[in-house]
Amino acid sequence: MSVPVRTLFFAAYRDHFGVSELDVELAAGATVADLVSELRGRGAPFDVLPAEPAVAVNHHYAFLDEPLGAGDEVAFIPPVAGG
Amino acid sequence: MYARVSTEVIDAVDVLARVGSEQDGASLLFLGVVRNHADERPVSGMRYDAYEEMASEVLRAIAEEAAQTLGTDRVAVVHRFGELAVGEVSVAVAVSSPHRAESYEASRYVIEEIKKRLPVWKKEHYTDGESTWVEGQIPPVTTGSEA
Repeated sequence: MSVPVRTLFFAAYRDHFGVSELDVELAAGATVADLVSELRGRGAPFDVLPAEPAVAVNHHYAFLDEPLGAGDEVAFIPPVAGG
Repeated sequence: MYARVSTEVIDAVDVLARVGSEQDGASLLFLGVVRNHADERPVSGMRYDAYEEMASEVLRAIAEEAAQTLGTDRVAVVHRFGELAVGEVSVAVAVSSPHRAESYEASRYVIEEIKKRLPVWKKEHYTDGESTWVEGQIPPVTTGSEA
């Protein structure tokens, strides 16, 4: 059984990838780290993603070992610059 | 307690009016404003991008944490996103408290936490026509419950 997740890209990531979101299918039991590997494994332009990027799952900053579930929203968060 | 992320022009007087009470001897308003230079380079404006849904939640969490420091709910914060011109307000933080120390502390806390963890980004537009994303801070990941 696969786990569909919705990934979001912002700011410099979005500019670089040319997309703001992407649906990705992961294997059951996949973690944030697996999603990062899957995207980086696609090669350019996704290979510019850091191996350990800041990520938010369903609006909460998450560790790389966090397991993902069907329908999760995973946002790749470039270094923030509010204010 | 009031926290909002929006593309609307920030009305600083309105934000300040959301705090204050008869028991408060101090009201403090902080404004973040788009400046006309970055280091030596002339800037014509700034584009703020936001992960709007998450930013709303994180801003509320920051305001709640500041309110705990203050011991009251008299904290109001608004962050704008979209295209801003030089001189426009990007963020407004208003707090009030019986004495000034708590207000200064809470105000400082809100703006510093915004810079550390609010999922907002800014792209500087220079007068020569170029634009670049401002180098930001890597947000800390603490626990799963941290907003």
